[in-house]
This record gives sequence, structure tokens and C-alpha cells, in this order.
Amino acid sequence: MIELDDVCRSYTVGDSEVHAVQHVSLHIGAGEHVAIMGPSGSGKSTLLHILGCLDRPTSGVYRFRGRDVGMLSDDERSHMRQHEIGFVFQFFYLLARLTAGANVELPMLFAGVPKSERTRRATEALEAVGLGDRIHHRPDQLSGGQRQRVAIARALVMRPSLLLADEPTGNLDRSSAEEVMTLLERLRAGDRTLIVVTHDPEVARRAQRIIRMTDGRIEEERV
Amino acid sequence: MRGLELVFFVISALRGQRLRSFLSALGVGIGVAAVVVLTSLGAGARQYVMSQFTQFGTNLMAVDPGRVKTMGMPGVLGGTTHKLTIDDAIAIGRQPGVAKFVPVVTGQGRVVGNGRGRSVFIYGVTHDAAAAWKFSVAQGRFLPPIDPHRKASYIVLGPKLAHELFPESSPLGRRVRVAGWSFRVIGVMTPKGHFLGFDLDDAAYIPVATAKALFNVDELNEIDVLAASSDAIVPIKRALKTLLIKRHRGQYDFTITTQDEMLATFGRVIGVITVAVSGIGGISLFVGAMGILTIMWISVNERTSEIGILRALGVRRGTVERLFLLESVVLAAAGGTGGLAAGLGLGAVLRLAVPGFPFETPPAAIAAALGMSVIVGIASGVVPARRAASLNPIETLREE
Ligand SMILES: Nc1ncnc2c1ncn2[C@@H]1O[C@H](COP(=O)(O)OP(=O)(O)O)[C@@H](O)[C@H]1O
Ligand SMILES: [Mg+2]
Repeated sequence: MIELDDVCRSYTVGDSEVHAVQHVSLHIGAGEHVAIMGPSGSGKSTLLHILGCLDRPTSGVYRFRGRDVGMLSDDERSHMRQHEIGFVFQFFYLLARLTAGANVELPMLFAGVPKSERTRRATEALEAVGLGDRIHHRPDQLSGGQRQRVAIARALVMRPSLLLADEPTGNLDRSSAEEVMTLLERLRAGDRTLIVVTHDPEVARRAQRIIRMTDGRIEEERV
Repeated sequence: MRGLELVFFVISALRGQRLRSFLSALGVGIGVAAVVVLTSLGAGARQYVMSQFTQFGTNLMAVDPGRVKTMGMPGVLGGTTHKLTIDDAIAIGRQPGVAKFVPVVTGQGRVVGNGRGRSVFIYGVTHDAAAAWKFSVAQGRFLPPIDPHRKASYIVLGPKLAHELFPESSPLGRRVRVAGWSFRVIGVMTPKGHFLGFDLDDAAYIPVATAKALFNVDELNEIDVLAASSDAIVPIKRALKTLLIKRHRGQYDFTITTQDEMLATFGRVIGVITVAVSGIGGISLFVGAMGILTIMWISVNERTSEIGILRALGVRRGTVERLFLLESVVLAAAGGTGGLAAGLGLGAVLRLAVPGFPFETPPAAIAAALGMSVIVGIASGVVPARRAASLNPIETLREE
């Protein structure tokens, strides 16, 4: 499903180059649960953005489901994110002015799903994360753990085959983190792939595979 | 995606910043209101002037002594000018297509009668004046159809003058004096109102030859000519020119003005004023547009993480651009609609307070006002929307 072949990503900052990701070759199959660990600044987020088609490698080839992402246009990658990929971030990024339900509806709104179907699927998705009774709540009326669960519902409502989470528990207390991780694992039904970037060994331990990064390189891979 | 749902999404963003949205829409609203009010005043003034002229009928033309270019002082150009005489008027009356002609001598005089007196405009005219000017008689009759050269001591009073001198009794058959001349009142006109500020009802009409003697002048102030039909106006004008040049020994020392030309001249003047004044309204519209641009720019910079998450959810760059453009258009259109309502409301209040207030909103101005606000929205939204679309989602999602 995911094939990285000698992928590098570097940024030019002033005169110098920052090599955020260096020579990463990686293969992740459908349905795998992978954790990416590593110190801050080691390139985890950069790698995740490439995997999620938000960013492109500077060199090397990234194939997602057989397609060379580096060759896709911005719109084609947008389309891919819309239908194939779900994102969960450390800071949730819910739209504060919208209710939980409307936040979950967002990806469907822009995908042109009719209103009645949107409402139904958003309700289902919120029920699946245990927030069926919070559809009409605004994000500021929800706890951190609940907000992250709304974000998970939003990431999954388009039924993506790949779910990417960048430190999803980074802003949560221990019990909320447990809840969120349990949820992510449960929602990894079928052959949905889950890739979680984390600092937390507890979180990482749940994965089938742990990838460690230092200075943009994959240092060690443990199964 | 359905456009209407996009609009709702955009409105939710605008409602998230109520005060700010209101204030930036207000800027456009004031601009649109200014444009609507000023064009309405211009159109009202135009209509007022038109109605002032057309109350005399549109087939009327005037011959004045001296040459003028468009409007101005007759006689300022050229040296000697021939006098306009009653014989000129009679000769004009014989031209084909001329339905009526009125030699006119005007002056001011004090009319005394019934122990009272009043200073009024006195028109020396002929029998045909009432028909040519579309005046009608309320009591008695107008001046009789006598030879224009003949003097006669008849007088017809304007209704206001009649009322001032004879508040209780009928003035018909009574005698009044003007500058020592005695006249018999033979008629009272129906009220006609004002013409460009002159009170037409505070006037008196006497035979033109009498007026010449009374005011001690030997020329006419004007000859009014009524064409039999509007098609006849142009040929008559040409014929009169030839005729009068011949009568004035080859000198083109008079001016013929048709009603159409007068209307056109006034229309041009009012048009220029309207455009100039509406331009001022346009400036406030421009200021409103700058307000929206500023607010949209700030808004884009504040909402980078919203833009980032939308992009991460698969919203295309072009869609993000359209969202912000739509936001700006909705803002401007809301302001424009509000401004239009305020402008029309102000007009309604003015007309209620001052009946007959010249405030006419042309339907085209309403359409233009709304069109302008949409254009303002697009123009001021383009740059912020471009910026929103150009943001790199991974940059905007790096931090809280
Ligand atoms: N847009 C960027 N411009 C410049 N440098 C960047 C940018 N994004 C990331 N970096 C650099 O790349 C390296 C990896 O960053 P990141 O992938 O965010 O690390 P992590 O997620 O592991 O903390 C860091 O040194 C960071 O400063
Ligand atoms: Mg990171």
C-alpha cells in the first residue's frame, strides 16, 4: 500500500538546507498499525505529511496504492486526501464556530455528499466515537479527549484506507489518551492502515511495528 | 458542491466575527447608500425640471433677441441687434406649421384695486397665450382675440393676485390700476403653481401693445411659437431662422430655442452634476472596498490553521480561493443591500416629510448599486483569497 524508495525532503532556510527526511525507504502494507517515534525535530511530521500526500518528496519515489504521488498535481493529491486519507492532529483543528456534527460533516460537504446523507453519516461517526449525544455541542463545550474523538470521527467519515495521526495524544491526559488510542485501534477495522506519530512509549507499544527516527533517518525498526 | 451550501458555510464564518463583519459591510453600505441617494436626487431634480417645462407643452419654442450659444445673456455677442417686433411675431404666425404665436413683453408693476395693492409680474401677451402655455381660466375669460397692435384696458389676474386684492368678492368687472393706467378685470386664471421658482399665480396678463406702452418699451422680450405637431418643430425652426434673418436685414441676431433643446441643456447640466456628485459616493464605496480588503486579509492570516485543515481534508486550492472570494462577496452584498435599503428608506422619509420632494430612484440605479457591491466584493476579495489558496497546508498545521 505504501512504498517509499529513498525519499528525501529538505527545506531551504536562508542559506542552509535542512534535511528533514533523509533516504527513507519503507514499505507498509494494508491494515498495518505502525508507530513512528523519535525526538522532536527528527522529521516525523514531515514524513507523515508526505505519506498523507500533503507534501511531496524532494527526491525519491513515494507510491501510494501503486500511484507515484510525486507525479500527481495538487488537485489530484487533494482528491486523494479527500477519499483515501484521514488526518488526526495533536491540536485537533476543529472549527470553533461549527458544532461537532458540522465539523464531522465538513469533508462530506466539500465532497458533495447530499445533506441528508451527511447528517446520517456524521451521526453514525460520532456515535462510533461515543459522542452521539454531543452532535450539537461546540468544540469549546467539549473536553480535550472529546475534541480529539470528534476529530477522529471527522477523519474517518469519508471511510479512508489510510489513517494518519500526528501525536494524537500529545495534548491529552493519560486516561483520555487511552480512550483515544483504543478508539483508533477499534476503528482500524478491515484493512485500514493506521500510522501514529508519538512520543509516548505506551502509545507506541500498541502498534505492530515501531519506526524510530533520528535526524530524518529511519534508525531502527522493531516489530 | 452545491453553491448554496458553500454560502451557508461562508456565512457561518462571517457570523463567527459579527462585529467585524458588520463594520466592514457597513463601509460598503454607506458607499452604496450615498450613491443611491445622490443618483436619486439627481434623477429627482431632472424629473422636476422636465415636468416644469413640459407643463407648457413640448411643442413650444421661443424666439429671443440677441445671439446666445446655449444658455447665457442674450445680446452679449455681436454689436447692434434688431428689435423683435410685433410685426415679426405676426410674420412668424403666417408660417406653415405654426399653430399659435405669442408676442411677449414682461415687466413688474404694482396692481392696485379694492383698496389694496400688490407688486407682481405682468405679462403683455395675446389671446393665444392661454392656449399656447396651457393655462386655463377659472372665472370670466382670457384676453380677447384682438389685433396685437391694439391697446385695450383689459386685465386677467393670476389666482393668487386675485385673492390678495379681492379676498371676499369676485374681481370680475372690477377696476384695477397699474402705474396710473386703469384696467377692467375680465378673468381670473386657474392655479398653475411655480415655474423654476417663479410663482405663476402671482401675475397679471394684459394686451401686449398695452404692456409696451405701460413699460415704455418698443420691443418684445420674446416670441413664443407653438408648433402644430412635434414633427413640425424642426422645419419651423429652420423656416423662422430664414424669415427673421431676412426681416433683420441679413443679420442672425436672435435665438430660437426649442423645448427639446432647453430640456436637453438642463438634462446635460443635471447629468454632469449627478455624475460628479455620484462620483463622491463612489469614493466612499471605494473606501468601503478597502475596508473589506483589509478585514479579509486579516481574516485569512488569522485563519491559517482553518485553511490548513480544510486542505488536509482534501479541499482543493481553487475551492479555498472561491470560499474566501465568496466570503468577501457575501460581506459586500450584505452591506450593499443594507445600504440600498437605507438609501430608499431615507428617500421615503424625505418624501413623507416634504411632499413632492424630488427623490426618484431609477430602477437601473438599484440594479447598479447591487451590481457594484458584488463587484466591490470580488475586487476586494481577490487578493486575500489568492493568499488563502497559496498557503502551504503543512506550514499552517505545524503549530497551534
Ligand atoms: N516548513 C519548514 N521549513 C523549514 N524547516 C522545516 C519546515 N518543516 C520542518 N522543518 C524542519 O525539519 C525538521 C523536521 O521537522 P518535523 O518533521 O516537524 O519534526 P518532528 O515532527 O519529528 O518534530 C526540523 O528540523 C524542522 O525544523
Ligand atoms: Mg511533529
